[in-house]
Amino acid sequence: MAILCDRNTKLLVQGMGRMGSFHAKLSLEYGTQVVGGVAPGKGGSEIEGIPIFDTVALAVEATGANASVIFVPPPGAADAILEAADAGLDLAVCITEGIPAIDMARAKSAMRASSMRLVGPNCPGLVTPEQCRIGIMPAQITKPGPVGVISRSGTLTYEAVDQLSRLGIGQSTCVGIGGDSVIGTTFIDALALFEADPETKGIVMIGEIGGSAEENAAEFIQSNMKTPVTAFIAGQNAPPGKRMGHAGAIISGGKGKASDKIAALNRAGVPVAESPGVIGKTFADHVPGLAR
Amino acid sequence: MNIHEYQAKSLLRDFGVAVPEGVLATTPEEAERAASELGGVIVVKAQIHAGGRGKGGGIKVVKSPAEAKQAAQDMLGMTLVTPQTGREGKRVRKVYVEAGSDIARELYLAVLLDRENENFAVIASTEGGMEIEIVAEKTPEKILTVNADPNVGLAPYQIRQLGFGLGLDAPQVKKLEVFVKGLYRLFVEKDASLAEINPLVVTSEGELVALDGKLNFDDNALYRHPDSASMRDPDEEDPRERAANEIDLAYVGLDGDIGCMVNGAGLAMATLDMIQVCGGSPANFLDAGGGADKEKVKEAFKLILRDEKVKAILVNIFGGIVRCDLIAEGVIAAAKDLGITVPLVVRLQGTKAKEGRKILAESDLDITSAETLIEAGEMAVAAAAGTH
Repeated sequence: MAILCDRNTKLLVQGMGRMGSFHAKLSLEYGTQVVGGVAPGKGGSEIEGIPIFDTVALAVEATGANASVIFVPPPGAADAILEAADAGLDLAVCITEGIPAIDMARAKSAMRASSMRLVGPNCPGLVTPEQCRIGIMPAQITKPGPVGVISRSGTLTYEAVDQLSRLGIGQSTCVGIGGDSVIGTTFIDALALFEADPETKGIVMIGEIGGSAEENAAEFIQSNMKTPVTAFIAGQNAPPGKRMGHAGAIISGGKGKASDKIAALNRAGVPVAESPGVIGKTFADHVPGLAR
Repeated sequence: MNIHEYQAKSLLRDFGVAVPEGVLATTPEEAERAASELGGVIVVKAQIHAGGRGKGGGIKVVKSPAEAKQAAQDMLGMTLVTPQTGREGKRVRKVYVEAGSDIARELYLAVLLDRENENFAVIASTEGGMEIEIVAEKTPEKILTVNADPNVGLAPYQIRQLGFGLGLDAPQVKKLEVFVKGLYRLFVEKDASLAEINPLVVTSEGELVALDGKLNFDDNALYRHPDSASMRDPDEEDPRERAANEIDLAYVGLDGDIGCMVNGAGLAMATLDMIQVCGGSPANFLDAGGGADKEKVKEAFKLILRDEKVKAILVNIFGGIVRCDLIAEGVIAAAKDLGITVPLVVRLQGTKAKEGRKILAESDLDITSAETLIEAGEMAVAAAAGTH
């Protein structure tokens, strides 16, 4: 078992430009069922052997797709998310970085009427090892196993996954939830999915400065979770008022500090790695016996 | 992106929000002329991208054009230090000369993106003129908030809730409606992330006036607002951050001596943390992007080397899609082209990391190669201390 995606996921790619096509090919090679691409005006053609459709609705009708990965550039990305929701998909993963916050706030409000789950935007996507790759993660560093990984970051997720894999600890699903201010799936959503997954025996959560998602997650863990969680919070030395790369990674008005997040997690009984070099070890020490 | 008060007020005026009459001046003579045109009591305000200006001598109330000239003379060219500028302060290049207002009450009003509720919040308080964070901490009951669904907008009853909550009378609440509607429309139409009026003044005649205005724009939306983007004041930005911005790198200058180049924002923040845990101090945050290539690496090195404090450079690349062997070649080429003399610690991990480390080892440059993040941190700290 896994969460969000597995070998039965039938994936569409919205936005078959250079990046979309490249990663569609890598996902195909990994064994993901990439059943179609969406590129308005290019319907009827093929890219990387993948049939292309003009709209998501047409693609769903022809292929039975249930998920989509979105590479559409920022001006059209929120529209692409709404198109995926309207076509009745179960899941959309939006990789696009740089979507205006107001567009995302509007899209999320509009999506309340839909049952589609959104992951991202500004995220690396998902990998269920040896089953399904959605997005841009380097799937070769993952290893099948019992640990769920949730992260607001891209390469720092790879770092955490790599540390786990090197300790012999495999992953059920690796989820990049994205570094923007307004995102689809939150820490709490992903934690709840892992909690309900019988094969996930532990969770590594990677947060960062900005917002209060980690504090909310800490509260949720304390009251609702039996699965053990360890964490790391990036940006412990970030100056206030500066945007640290991610649109959402900013300490403003005294809120969003790493120290507050770490304190909240510790209060909830979640061990937080002291440095990014010991994310894997902190988990292995807290939840022994999962390496193989 | 931030803009100046005078720019914010011009936008507020465009959206029907009442602001005092004012004129921008860059010389004492211009300030004098502006003051005589405006007449009466005049306020001369230093234009810098930071609040708390009054505390540092950046706001002066004067009674004549001659005094306005003198006040402008004192401010222009000075380095203004306020609680928000940091110790180094900000140089004053422009002053805003404004008609004085007759103040009966000072209120607070802002529209902002509410991350937690994923909608827009309109915040009001009776405690105008103070930092809202302090009010929120000490007297949270004095902060009124209503939330607007981005697709529905702000309803008139919500504004009435705020208005009567602030203790305004019925005619003033009517005026507040116009005021808040304008501010909200400005926030949405200009893709702001914060539109703040502090203080919002109630005059003794019962009029509402925005005495100060602060606008922050969503950087991600600037592509569709060239008019807002053109309000950028390069003088207000760290020159290195500006240069980074121009070549599409995310850079934040810090106080330490270890320059950092990392691919990905989260890993870049984590690298700073690693250096501190190892006892060192980073000189900068630099995210070269997920798709870092040879050219990006060189540009990033140039940027790092502009900082004279840098005693060592740590390159930390986790190759996902990026190939470490290509990064290694890029590092060597850049180090040679730029004649880098400070010690270089390079940590490559992920795709083709072994090949990359081999390329570094075989080069004739003084490059220390690290395998784990911990090693990288320790080696960089030792290199900066001159003990490697």
